[in-house]
Amino acid sequence: MADDKKTIIVFSGELDRVMAAMVIARGAAAMGNEVTLFFTFWGLNILRKPAPPPVKKSFLEAMFGMMMPRGAGKVKLSKLNMGGLGTLMMQHVMKTKNVPSLPEMIAEAQEFGVKFIACTMSMDIMGIKPEELIDGLEFAGVAGYLGSADEANVNLFI
Amino acid sequence: MAEFHIDAKGLQCPAPIMRLFNQIKIAQPSDLVIIEVTDVGFKRDVEAWCHKMKHELVAVTEGDGVITAHIRKV
Repeated sequence: MADDKKTIIVFSGELDRVMAAMVIARGAAAMGNEVTLFFTFWGLNILRKPAPPPVKKSFLEAMFGMMMPRGAGKVKLSKLNMGGLGTLMMQHVMKTKNVPSLPEMIAEAQEFGVKFIACTMSMDIMGIKPEELIDGLEFAGVAGYLGSADEANVNLFI
Repeated sequence: MAEFHIDAKGLQCPAPIMRLFNQIKIAQPSDLVIIEVTDVGFKRDVEAWCHKMKHELVAVTEGDGVITAHIRKV
């Protein structure tokens, strides 16, 4: 177990939760850590391209895709969403207080060398294909994640 | 022995330490980095950062809502 490695499982797909993960990830990277983010279930939506290429899907897979937010720019607050109004207010406040947007945080994290891994099992269940996700990702299953977690001294589930 | 100034006023956590990380990376040992922030948590952050990254926290001063830290690269 090294003291310069950290991992975060991003299970949630909500703006506030994923922002917390990205602040911790960027802070950890700024403290010299090798940071690995494992996106699974609802967290996969964060990695979806806003305008993906057309992909062949089954009816249920297509339904999943339509019902879930497409990409980091479209996710909502976990509380006080208020039909989207709460999320808009939060985004406004973030802007006035100089907090980067979620897509900006993700780009920053990637520039800092934070690793983004997409969970292949979740992708399979939700019918999300690799070409629908942003660039710069690795793909792995739970063993891949646990291998990284074994070596890290902080492993979070968000 | 060079001196670097970072104006991180108005930036939100963790942007100040990200700036500090990048600046220290290109600095030489014994160089001084002076960073100004308005983030009130920074005093504790910079102590933890220097302890973790093993650089010397020379001084931290506060005044007028601005925290100024002097860090020497080891």
